[in-house]
Amino acid sequence: MIEISAYGVSKSYGRTKALDNICFETEKGEIFGIIGPDGAGKTTLFRIMTTLMLADSGTVTVAGYDVVKDFSEIRRIIGYMPGRFSLYKDLSVEENLSFFASVFGTTVEENYHLVADIYRQLEPFKKRRADALSGGMKQKLALCCAMIHKPRVLFLDEPTTGVDPVSRKEFWNMLSRLKNQGVTIIVSTPYMDEAGMCDRIALIMNGRFLKIETPSNMLEQYDRTLFSVRSDNNASLLRQFRGMPDIKSCYPFGETLHVVADKGFDISSLHSRLVSSSPVLIEGIRPTIEDCFMELNEK
Amino acid sequence: MSKENAIEVVSLTKKFGDFTAVDNISFSVSKGEIFGFLGANGAGKTTAMKMLCGLSRPTSGDAVVAGYDINTNPEEVKRNIGYMSQKFSLYEDLTVYENIELFAGIYGMKRKDISRKAITLLQKLGFYSERKTFVKELPLGWKQKLAFSVAIFHEPKVVFLDEPTGGVDPVARRQFWFQIYEAAERGITVFVTTHYMDEAEYCNRVSVMVDGRIEALDTPSALKKRFGTDSMDSVFYQLARGAKRSD
Repeated sequence: MIEISAYGVSKSYGRTKALDNICFETEKGEIFGIIGPDGAGKTTLFRIMTTLMLADSGTVTVAGYDVVKDFSEIRRIIGYMPGRFSLYKDLSVEENLSFFASVFGTTVEENYHLVADIYRQLEPFKKRRADALSGGMKQKLALCCAMIHKPRVLFLDEPTTGVDPVSRKEFWNMLSRLKNQGVTIIVSTPYMDEAGMCDRIALIMNGRFLKIETPSNMLEQYDRTLFSVRSDNNASLLRQFRGMPDIKSCYPFGETLHVVADKGFDISSLHSRLVSSSPVLIEGIRPTIEDCFMELNEK
Repeated sequence: MSKENAIEVVSLTKKFGDFTAVDNISFSVSKGEIFGFLGANGAGKTTAMKMLCGLSRPTSGDAVVAGYDINTNPEEVKRNIGYMSQKFSLYEDLTVYENIELFAGIYGMKRKDISRKAITLLQKLGFYSERKTFVKELPLGWKQKLAFSVAIFHEPKVVFLDEPTGGVDPVARRQFWFQIYEAAERGITVFVTTHYMDEAEYCNRVSVMVDGRIEALDTPSALKKRFGTDSMDSVFYQLARGAKRSD
């Protein structure tokens, strides 16, 4: 069943095209990830889907409702966690939660079970003002507030930005649990390593979706020869690879270099072409989402 | 302090009331090194960094940064370091050139030197045609490059980078690291925090802070070996999972 559909959505700010003909559909109970850097158009798309902004053209429906005609119905059934600010800084943890519940005509008691997993971690600090929380805790409270009215669809705009890797992992575990309760989740992130936690992902850059796929298909469809190179002098090798006409690109990836060539490229020929004072380990590898993103972006 | 160390920290501690934000940390960073300063949110990284930049006084302990004592000579520390963060680095309502001029002026560079050097820099970055553009109109990747160039424009001995690459696209993130390598090759010591664990691999050595203390400090490869894993992500996870204070 289709829960969200978007057709031909475009939006410009002056001469800047923030969104350019965005089309996609999501299934009910799906975690749909919108992956891309700052400035790619993620937040503009969220604002349109949550009825806070009008598109210049195109149509969007959420749970069968039109974002323009039926905005008030949509607002009742969605939860939205915006990227930057969503909490009242001067209210305490528990005041924030009960405020959001009351706005939607419900109570914390009625829907406590929905947020219990997350809220339990916050309870020792429930009297603390929201602006005295930091990083991961703020994000957890914001998620509780977006969930407390039992939304059908949850929109999370960069919920993990600036959050450390451990808290990020916890946060994604929470999203999986919500998905199991049937909630449809649209989530954006600049962290490519989070893509694997989504059912499907859309890679976005400069207002356009480069591709929409399941993470595994995305990796499957990568159509270049990719290999990793490990040595003591990556900087020198990087320069050498970049000077080779048959090498498409070369980027550092952690302690290795990832080198991209056309399909069918013969890796074994490389050793004799490289100048290195220490051993160089070259091996063919499977791509990550980040490799796919860079490849699609280059095209 | 050894001549080759750009940062030397001995038993540095900061307490807020009965809360110990930074708990007796000691380490040193050598000249030209890229040092990764990792830790979960709330582990005490920002507090430690503020002390090393001469912006906050330690409760106890000492540190020498860029040749000056942070306790007795914080003003000289400030003059000899550069600082950049993702949150604040440039003035959005000033042009590219005005930002360079302002920061270089604050660090005491002469107007004549500034303009000569700024032109060279702008040409090198390929920004010369944008010198009169307001910073707020630049794409994020460009802002990042410019912010870093501004942070090292006055040739500081040490540059502090606080999550410099948050939210930047993968290609720009890597270009940014080339800039860092170049700076390090010129002898500038780089002290950097990040939440991207692949970037931890680009550092010569990294420390991981947990609950105000430095729980591990070594090269990325030695840390991975010690924790029996092939990713820094897993090293970080194993260390930070034991944290008592969740921000």
